[in-house]
Formats: sequence, C-alpha cells, structure tokens
Amino acid sequence: MNNEVNKDKAELAGEEPLLPSNRARQDHSKTVGKILLLVAGMFCFAFALVPLYDVFCAVTGINGKTNTEAAVYKAIDVDESRTITVDFITRTNSGMPWEFTAQTKKIDVHPGKMTEVAFYVRNPTNRDIIAQAVPSVSPGTASLYLNKTECFCFKHQPLKAGAEALMPMVFYIDPQLPEDITYFTLQYTLYDITETAQESVEVVMN
Amino acid sequence: MATTTDTNHADTANDGHASDDHHHHAPSGITRWLFTTNHKDIGTLYLWFAFIMFLIGGAMAMVIRAELFQPGLQIVEPNFFNQMTTVHGLIMVFGAVMPAFTGLANWLVPMMIGAPDMALPRMNNWSFWILPFAFLILLSSLFMEGGGPAFGWTFYAPLSTTYSGDSTALFVFSVHIMGISSIMGAINVIVTIFNMRAPGMTYMKMPLFVWTWLITAFLLIAVMPVLAAAVTMVLTDKFFGTSFFSAAGGGDPVLFQHIFWFFGHPEVYIMILPAFGIISQIIPTFSRKKLFGYASMVYATASIALLSFIVWAHHMFTTGMPVAFEMFFMFATMLISVPTGVKVFNWVATMWRGSLSFEIPMLFAIAFIVLFTIGGLSGLMLAITPVDFQYHDTYFVVAHFHYVLVTGAVFSIMAAVYYWLPKWTGKMFDITLAKWHFWCSLISVNLLFFPMHFVGLAGMPRRIPDYALQFADFNKWISVGGFAFGLSQFIFLALLIKACRHQGESVSSQVWDGAEGLEWEIPSPAPYHTFETPPVVK
Repeated sequence: MNNEVNKDKAELAGEEPLLPSNRARQDHSKTVGKILLLVAGMFCFAFALVPLYDVFCAVTGINGKTNTEAAVYKAIDVDESRTITVDFITRTNSGMPWEFTAQTKKIDVHPGKMTEVAFYVRNPTNRDIIAQAVPSVSPGTASLYLNKTECFCFKHQPLKAGAEALMPMVFYIDPQLPEDITYFTLQYTLYDITETAQESVEVVMN
Repeated sequence: MATTTDTNHADTANDGHASDDHHHHAPSGITRWLFTTNHKDIGTLYLWFAFIMFLIGGAMAMVIRAELFQPGLQIVEPNFFNQMTTVHGLIMVFGAVMPAFTGLANWLVPMMIGAPDMALPRMNNWSFWILPFAFLILLSSLFMEGGGPAFGWTFYAPLSTTYSGDSTALFVFSVHIMGISSIMGAINVIVTIFNMRAPGMTYMKMPLFVWTWLITAFLLIAVMPVLAAAVTMVLTDKFFGTSFFSAAGGGDPVLFQHIFWFFGHPEVYIMILPAFGIISQIIPTFSRKKLFGYASMVYATASIALLSFIVWAHHMFTTGMPVAFEMFFMFATMLISVPTGVKVFNWVATMWRGSLSFEIPMLFAIAFIVLFTIGGLSGLMLAITPVDFQYHDTYFVVAHFHYVLVTGAVFSIMAAVYYWLPKWTGKMFDITLAKWHFWCSLISVNLLFFPMHFVGLAGMPRRIPDYALQFADFNKWISVGGFAFGLSQFIFLALLIKACRHQGESVSSQVWDGAEGLEWEIPSPAPYHTFETPPVVK
C-alpha cells in the first residue's frame, strides 16, 4: 500500500477497525439501532419545540403575547408617581369582514390601577361569524407586566349577522414594570374562526 | 437513462469472481438496476438520477429567467412563476445536490476505506428506489388543478397552510419520502464507516471525503427528522385543524420559521461539507503534495457542523427578535467563517509551491475555491444584522446562495465526476468536451449570478415575476448567462454519454499521476466487486 508515510502511525491506532460483511453483521444492527434512536429522538424533539417555544416566550415575554387566562386582582398600591401611556390598535386578519375599533385609542394609567376600556365590533355581513382576538404587546417585555382580569380575547366571540357589540377589557399594570418602559402598544387582531370553532360556541350563542 | 451505462460491470461480475452465496449472477437489463445491491450500481443510479433532476430543475430555472428577461409579465402567470421558484428549489436541493453526493458516497466510501460494499446493501437499494417516486409525486402535483406548491422551497406558514392549494398534501408526502431516503442513506454511510474499515484504516487515516461524509451523515440524522416534523405540522394545520402555526388557534407562525431553519441551516452544510471533502481529495493530487493540515481539516469540518446548530435565526433577523438574540446569532454566524477560512487556507497552502497541473478536475476545484469564497463573503455580509435588513429577501440573497450552491456544491460534484469518472469507466473522458464544458460553465455562471449582487443591493426583491424598469439591463444579461449556463450542461451530458459507452483511451489504475488512496490501487475500470478480502493499510 502506498501509505508508507503513515506506517508508524498505524501502530498507534487505537481500536481495531473491522472487517467485511458477515462477521460484522451484528455490529451493524447495534449501530443501526443507536442511529434509529437518534432519528426518533430528533423527530420528537421537533414536536417538543412547540411547547418549549411557548414556555420560552412566556418566561421572557419576547414575542409580546399576553397571558391567555384572567389575572386575579390583588389589592396593590397604585404607583401615582408613574404614568404609563397605553396605545390600543385594532386590526382584522385578511378575509375577516368585521368592523373592529377601540373606543379608547390611547390612555394614561398609573401602575396598579384597574382600568376598563371597550372595543366596538360589528358584523356587517349576513352570516353569523365567530371571532378570536389575538393580542400582541410591543415592546414584548411589557406583556409580562400587563394583567388582564377580563378580556374578550379569553373566549371565542360570536356575533350574529348584522349585530354589533361592545367588548370590555379590564386590566392593570404591574408596578414592577421596568423603569424604561413608559409607553407601550397593545394590538388586537381579529381572526374569523367560524369554520373551526362552530361546535364549541354553539352553546354560548343559545 | 441508467441502462445506457456500462454493461461491462455486469460482465466483470460474472467472470471475475467465483460468487459467494449472496452474490448471484448479476441479472441483466432493467432488473439489474431494480434489484441491485451493489454499491457501484447504486452510486451510478444516484448520479444519473441527480443529473436528470439537475436538468429538470434547470429547465424550471430557464422558465424563471425567461420571464425575468424583460420587465412586465409576458410568459407565465404569477402563480405558475411561484410554482417554478418553489419546485426549482426543492428539486435542486433534494433531487440534484443531495442525491449526487449520496451517489458519490456510494461509489467512493467503500473503495476508499477498503470495504467490499456498503454495510446495508438492501436498504441501500430501497433508499435509492423510493426517490424517483418522491419526485414523481412532487412533479405530478404541478399538473393538478390549482397547481403545485407555490410557497417557496421554505414553505413558510401561513403560505403553506392557510393560503396553499390542496397539492400541499402531495408536497408533504414527497418531502417525507425524500427525508426517509436521506436518513437511510446516512445510516448506511455511518455504519459502513464505523464497522467496515479495512484493518489499519484508522479514523485519522481516512480520506477527507470519507470524513466529511461521516459528519454530513450525522447532520442528516439530526435534522431530516426535524424537517419531517415540520412538514407533518404543516399537513395537520392545513387538513386536520391543528394550530401549530396559526395565531388564531394559539399557535405562532414565527415558530414555523424557527423549526424550519433549525433544519434548514444544518441542511446547507449537508450540501457543502461533502464538497469540502472532494476538493480536499483533488487539490493534493494535482499539486503533487500531501494535503496541508489534514487534522485541522477534520476538526474544522466538525466545528462547522456543530456551529450550524446555533445559527439558524440569522435567516430570521427581520422577524422582530430582541436585539440580544440578533447579536448572538450574528456573532455565532460570523464565527463559522473561522473554520471555513482554515479550510480555504489549507487548500491554498497545499497548492503553494506544489507541482501544479491543470487537468479538468483541478480546474473545477480551483474555480470552486475562488467562487465558493465569494459566496462565503457575501454570506458574511448577510450575517451582519443591521445590513441584513436591507439585503433580506432581495436578489443579493439569491446571488449568495447560488454562489455557494452552484459554483460551490455543483462545481464540486462536477469536479468529482471528472476526477473519478476514468476510474469508474476505465477510459479517459473526452478532454476537449470537458474543457468546453468547464469554460462555458465558468463564464456563464458568473454572468448569471454576479450581477444579482448588484440588483439585490439596489433593492430587487426575490421570488417576484416582475421588476422595476431600472433593473431591466442587468436582468437581461443575467438571463443570457442563465441560458448559456443551462446549454453548457448539454456538453456535460454528451461527455457523460460518451464516457458510459466506454469511448476513449484506457487509463492506468492510478489514472492521475499524483493520485493517492485505496481507490487508485484497484484496476480501472473498478471491478464490480472490490476488496472482498480487505486490504491491509499500513
């Protein structure tokens, strides 16, 4: 063989590499088994990323999602020394025909103080539609300090053809809100989920 | 196509060896190829398949370039244009580049490590033969009502969920099959390298092509299941009412991008690491020197592979990540240029004061080093977060990844074919045709992709069938380059057909006078069965 140069290295070779087919067959199934475990593990890992991503975002607040369940108000001191401006923005997803506006476009609040705002919706079509509002806070970290005791976004919102409604939202800002945040935006996007949510909401509508 | 390849191998199989029990007479005709478990046959099948896919995907690129030859919409509907960009990408990635590397691995890994065949020959047959079905499904979806996939090869949700056609199901299943095929191919490579090396072939004596493929195989094992999971989630989101990526149902479309790019970034290294291996085989041969820094090459390849798992979000700088994350992914990405630079410097150092000669494989290898480096540098530019906001989704990105994939991966595959073809067929290929192929490809590919940098920087968005008037001149020349590059590949086709008919001068077993390694010690053409008794590597 031509690898004369490496002759000395060969003697240093650690494990002894092996040999053609039949003798090594058993080793193959062991190796294959280990690799298949890795394949299955990675497939599961990809699905595990879904809850991990949610947990990660909930802990860090980086994608601006607010809590999907109502906060319980604990009597806390209102911090009169700080005033936070909250902007409300509404939009509807493409294909969602509702009118959707914030009654209060902008509000100044003290951290710790309960505040109620309302959103107006109207279903201008001639069919019943069920909506889901999805909130998003910018900057994202503010979402960790926004506590909503009541929100239309916690539930599916059905509206009969031509009907209109005022949807309330009650919130307070945690006084722990970082000093550098004096202003944040809360945006709601309305999605038409009539098709997927029909059954579960039937009860509510009656 | 495949049946045009040599019947000589089959003959050699019959007369050369008193067959042991699992090697019957090689069947002839189509069944030979259908039932073959021989690593050389399967390698040939993979390579021809990849080349056919390269031509089909290339034809789609020609449609794209014809539409973009002039501003305005003239040849195809926007929806069809989107299908072309999508399927072009899918075919080139999963149908051309990856199977070509798998084909090379099949041919070369056993010969390079002194093994008689791949470790799992029947699975090898299966992993190839499911591939044509995957692409049949994908291509047939183009003829369905509503057309094929049109959401880009990256199939971002909600484009692939809310806004896609019913053919998405076919897309998902074909990607599943491609994934299964790749995973089986990778398992075979790993098991072969772990268990079947000839006595004395220690890990640190393995040729670099074997090393880079071993690492690539691990990348495949790690990320192809993630791709399978991603397409499965798209499937259930679209057809079974889940909400992995739907905000209305509590999911998040940005999550799709995280999962996809967690697969996608290692995937781009899957398409380039074997190329590094090929270049590391060719440069020393035609420099008539040992490869400079063998061990550092191995470690550099491993570092690139490891780093590839922590840089995925550099594809997502514009999704609104916090600054701290953008900084992390920016610096992690830039870090990859260190091991990559080690490789480029090692190749250059190998050539330094070497006794260089410029045979065809060497021409492609040198073109690879220069042009891949250009692609690497534009990649570094894209890694810089603030400027990426300008470059994102423009032709600058298109220029970048075509430099690394066409003049990188594809050129390396061509270099490999020219380098080992005489070993496979026993005859020297037609050198005149090869020179035409090289120079036509080299000039046209740069005319095709280099101006894309400029139109990209000037703001021309990718994946759009029309563009602003000021880009017209550049696009005309880009299209001319595209057509010329496409046509140049027919020279290659002609050369390959000639080679498979065994025309040309016979070559010695060493073929190239600087070539070293086990595959150059067996006769040319390589007998149907090699190393049934393992060689002893000293």
